[in-house]
Amino acid sequence: MSSTPISLKHTAAQERRTMRKERIAVLRSNKAFVAGVLLVGFWILCAIFGNWVVPQRPEFLDMMLTDLPPSGAHWFGTDSLGRDVFARVIVGSREILVMASLATIIGTVCGSAIGLTTGYFKGRLDLFVMRILDAISALPVLVIALLALSAVGGSSAVITVLIIGFVFTPIIARTVRAAVLGESELDYVAAARLRTEKTPYILFNEILPNVLPPIIVEFTIRLGYAVFAIATLSFLGVGVALGSPNWGSQVAENYSGIFIDTWWSTIFPAAAIATLAIGINLIADSVMEAFEL
Amino acid sequence: MGKFILKRIGLACVTVFIVTAAIFFMTHILPGNAAERILGPFAERSNVLALEKELGLDRPLHVQYFNWIKQTLSGSFGNSVQFQSPVEGVLFPSMLYSLRLASLAFVIVVPLSIIGGVVAAINRGKLIDRVITVGGLSAAVVPEFVWAVVLVLVVGVKLEWLPVTAYPDDGSNIATVFGYLVLPSIALVLVLFGYISRIARAGVIEALDSDYARTAILKGLTKRQAVNRHVLRNALLPTIAVIASQVPYLVGGLVAVEVVFNYPGFGSLLLTSVQYRDYPILQAGVLVVSVVIVGMQLIADILFAVLNPRIRQKVSE
Amino acid sequence: MTSPIPSLELRNLSVSYRVRGIERSVLRDISISIAPGEAYGLVGESGCGKSTAAFAAMRYLPRNGSITSGSILFEGNDITSLGEDRIKDLRINAISMVYQNPVNALNPTLRIGKQVIEVFRLLGKTEEESIELTKEALRKVQIAEPASVMGRYPHQLSGGMAQRVVIAMAIASNPRLLVMDEPTTGLDATVEAEVLDLVRDLRRESGTSVLFISHNLGVIRTMCDRIGVLYAGDLVEEGPTETVLNAPNHPYTVGLLRCIPKGGLNKDSERLDTIAGTPPSLGANLPGCVFVDRCAIAVDRCNTEKPELADNGSGHFSKCFLSEQAVNLPRTKSPVFPNAEITPAPKSLLLEIEHLSKTFKQDTNDVRVLTDIALSLGEGETLGLVGESGSGKTTLARAILGIINPDEGSTISMHGKKLEALLGNRSAQEVGAVQIVFQNPDSALNRRHTVARIVARAVQKLAGKSREESEELAQNLLSDMSVDALLHSVKPSQLSGGLKQRVAIARSFAGKPELIVCDEPTSALDVSVQANILNLLVDLQRRERVSYIFISHDLGVVRYISDRIAVLYLGRLMELGTSETVFNGPHHPYTEALLSSVPAIDGSQRVRIRLGGEIPNPSQPPNGCVLHPRCPRMLGSGVEHLCTSIEPPLAEVEPGHHMRCHIPLAQLGTLQSK
Repeated sequence: MSSTPISLKHTAAQERRTMRKERIAVLRSNKAFVAGVLLVGFWILCAIFGNWVVPQRPEFLDMMLTDLPPSGAHWFGTDSLGRDVFARVIVGSREILVMASLATIIGTVCGSAIGLTTGYFKGRLDLFVMRILDAISALPVLVIALLALSAVGGSSAVITVLIIGFVFTPIIARTVRAAVLGESELDYVAAARLRTEKTPYILFNEILPNVLPPIIVEFTIRLGYAVFAIATLSFLGVGVALGSPNWGSQVAENYSGIFIDTWWSTIFPAAAIATLAIGINLIADSVMEAFEL
Repeated sequence: MGKFILKRIGLACVTVFIVTAAIFFMTHILPGNAAERILGPFAERSNVLALEKELGLDRPLHVQYFNWIKQTLSGSFGNSVQFQSPVEGVLFPSMLYSLRLASLAFVIVVPLSIIGGVVAAINRGKLIDRVITVGGLSAAVVPEFVWAVVLVLVVGVKLEWLPVTAYPDDGSNIATVFGYLVLPSIALVLVLFGYISRIARAGVIEALDSDYARTAILKGLTKRQAVNRHVLRNALLPTIAVIASQVPYLVGGLVAVEVVFNYPGFGSLLLTSVQYRDYPILQAGVLVVSVVIVGMQLIADILFAVLNPRIRQKVSE
Repeated sequence: MTSPIPSLELRNLSVSYRVRGIERSVLRDISISIAPGEAYGLVGESGCGKSTAAFAAMRYLPRNGSITSGSILFEGNDITSLGEDRIKDLRINAISMVYQNPVNALNPTLRIGKQVIEVFRLLGKTEEESIELTKEALRKVQIAEPASVMGRYPHQLSGGMAQRVVIAMAIASNPRLLVMDEPTTGLDATVEAEVLDLVRDLRRESGTSVLFISHNLGVIRTMCDRIGVLYAGDLVEEGPTETVLNAPNHPYTVGLLRCIPKGGLNKDSERLDTIAGTPPSLGANLPGCVFVDRCAIAVDRCNTEKPELADNGSGHFSKCFLSEQAVNLPRTKSPVFPNAEITPAPKSLLLEIEHLSKTFKQDTNDVRVLTDIALSLGEGETLGLVGESGSGKTTLARAILGIINPDEGSTISMHGKKLEALLGNRSAQEVGAVQIVFQNPDSALNRRHTVARIVARAVQKLAGKSREESEELAQNLLSDMSVDALLHSVKPSQLSGGLKQRVAIARSFAGKPELIVCDEPTSALDVSVQANILNLLVDLQRRERVSYIFISHDLGVVRYISDRIAVLYLGRLMELGTSETVFNGPHHPYTEALLSSVPAIDGSQRVRIRLGGEIPNPSQPPNGCVLHPRCPRMLGSGVEHLCTSIEPPLAEVEPGHHMRCHIPLAQLGTLQSK
């Protein structure tokens, strides 16, 4: 006679389904999550379709139409060179989204790799690597980025992406390392060794799937900070090509306009930065909560 | 305990050493050096080479680095390239200005975020908690310069409540100086608040959910007594570590904020020095900043060890 | 004559928790009444709601808990909806609680003294008075140096010491009701016995009523006047302790008592009875009797109607329509492998361990966790490994498995051939031959892999099969362990503890093992599930001729399943012999103390032999025999001078029986038979 009565067979699979349903329901009802998805979704659409949707080309300037306030013809007004602010803001989303995503992916992959190895092997390697990571964290992200970018000669999006990815690596490595330290103590790792599994298998097939949740959470959080860093760097005039409609430099170029009451060319790009960053962060926060269930 | 502190100081020095070495090599591996900058892009090649020799830029990198170390340890930072005067004379005043601004921001944000975190934790799940948590984290991810610009527009220009540069005329009294610093401080506070309050909140929640908090209640303490006597001391311990970890972000934020408010602090100096490839200032600046940051971490580490009985025990054995 | 007002009364109390948005029933309409001065035991397995009942008595529920109906009365007064400030007064003066995990129940950043003083201050005493009263209270719970303990922090106390402190805090106010939630679970056997003795003495002095929560029926028996049995949040049986335990009236209680291996039973003589199925999930909707799904004598009526608590006379109640038939509950005794015969085959030598020592290096000094262990194990034999904290049994297991590297000079041999110390240096076949079943199945199974994958991978690596073959073999293995095919593609978190452990056992059999280390394999499981697993292990041993090293703190289980037993203390082998020899005696003084501290469920009680003091720090072992500062038999034995200066060797005092003691066997026999 089997010791699992009929009721149990259904229960296990059902339990799984109900748990997932409950998690999704909680996520969906979370207003913050929905708001975040809407905001980020909007900007992603702008990044993809922006060029076709805007009424005027972002580079198109007309010295007769400078500093016009928002109107039917120019929803966000025009800037000091007569360019349509709306077009520049919408199209500007592409650059920052692409760069932020790439930088975060680089940081996450490198940081996870480092965290996995130091967390598992511990010992001398761990101490040595942690020293270096501490050193990288001893300087502000921005300062390192400034120095590095100036070192290479100012205006390269690729370098910016790499630098930000580089600076994110220690932060992510720390989180992953902590998670891996915890997992290595669990018996299934010892059980794997007792199956003659080699280290790569243990790292990637046993431990990694269990530390994916914190990695995903870190990724979403870092994405928001990537937007933060890129916007600030472009505001400071470093790291991006001149003339491209990126939000940070739009704010920098038109900032003085605030004092003579032509605020729109500064505030709309600033608001774009804010809404994108906040949107990403709302998603990150909800994801973190969902994983804690 | 003494041994512990010495060990930590030693590690801190190693970190500072690594940082300055890394920055030195990084900034020197580039095309375009100070000599070219000073003389301009159309200068004669021979003049550039002569100046390079004078500035010591023709020697091998590691020699340059050791010379710099020697020089620094003997108290001199060299001469600034863009100002053609000793680094100290330019760097330290700018750092003082930044220190003023940073201190004000720090003094506001630390108590505010701890209180915010505690209030959020005690009212877990209620509206005030959501507002503080979501609001704090949203504010934290918006760059300082965006906040600065918005604050300038709304508070400075439209409402005219506060001045929009951070630098008052000479001879103003403390109150005026303070008034000028409020807006830039707020920009910094908005970004720092979220993370610290979240950690404080998490610490308080963990303490509230703990077995010893339950014991306190079941002993017959009121919730308030339990929180004050048992929960807070355990909850705030991790918060100390977090505050130290936010100092780098504070320094980074200074750069953008000082630019918006036209404030002659270290941040603005850094920016111009980068544009001018003014290595002496950059090197010295990086050194001082990393000492400050690493020093704060050191203090936090030691404080944590002193306050946490488990570590204090281990250390004094 | 009216009966006195009960000290505590739970009247038709129902409590529910809100989990993931849904209200789930944790206590279903239970009614309990505790008379003044009475000790009432609430018994049940995990999830039955007993802790909830305890906290409800303190009017304390977690954030997501709520009382859905019924009331709580203390000394006749309804306290169900009493305001927090009135409840606070009750907690200070009248009702106190003792917790399961005492070290965690104390504030880690406050000194012990301050925490106990706080209790007296709440009672209105001044600071000076409180300090004196604290010292007195600590002395009362048999802490020898109160001043020294008062200056310590909780993490510096042992479990037993911490529990004494918690008890001191609880009795400080001379409470009229003491609620104890699993107060000795997790403590070593000898420590547990001392804490229980203390509680009994204190109760006798003060006449406090006690609500005692435990899953351990033996402990309940020695502590309580009446007991109530909880199942799935419902009180299914209640009555005087002796009556309920000797003549249970509810199918659940009957089944539960039959699951527990009692003294004298062993695996060859009798198979443990089990209870089919698993408990209902938390808050499940149960229209009829809560136990109906697992009851062997259930009838249709049981599915639809809820039975009432029926009085069987003399204060013995049970919630069953068929309580008279309960005692004749049919046994679930069909063997898993009907073809396995109990063939007493000769046992050839499988494992031999000689001079095994292990020293751990710490920053300041070295700690010798194992000293000169010598063991041998035959094919198909079970060696029980017994010892308290600091005994080194886990380290020994890990050394045999190759997970840790023993000191130079240690040898571990299988079939006469020496094994490499470290796992990485052994051949795949050698690795497959020595496997382990861990204590905690949640930690032992990768929660991201499916059950099938976990076992198939083990087969692939240890038996050298291809992927497809492994999958099929895994399915067979799992079915052998009664893990239904429908569950093979499920992740471990969806399974109950017993099923998870079966998967772990299936995995350990993937590579044709010869020796399996069972490290507390059933300690995290309920008693009814434990019986199932023990039966499975015994069946597997018979069919596969595998040997076990069975580590457990539960002496009843060890006695049931082991052929031979080894007793460890402070990393040294103190006694080694057959199961019966070690249990019947004459035994080593340590074994004697250990056996006497286990409360027997059948009421039989050995003479309590107390060990003085605490387990010494392994980095500073006593001179001579490591037990001598605590040994109950040293004084007056005539060999004290040896005990304090020379460590006794492990000697064969009679054929097949080894002991590490200076006192001659015959003398021990005389001393212990008094």
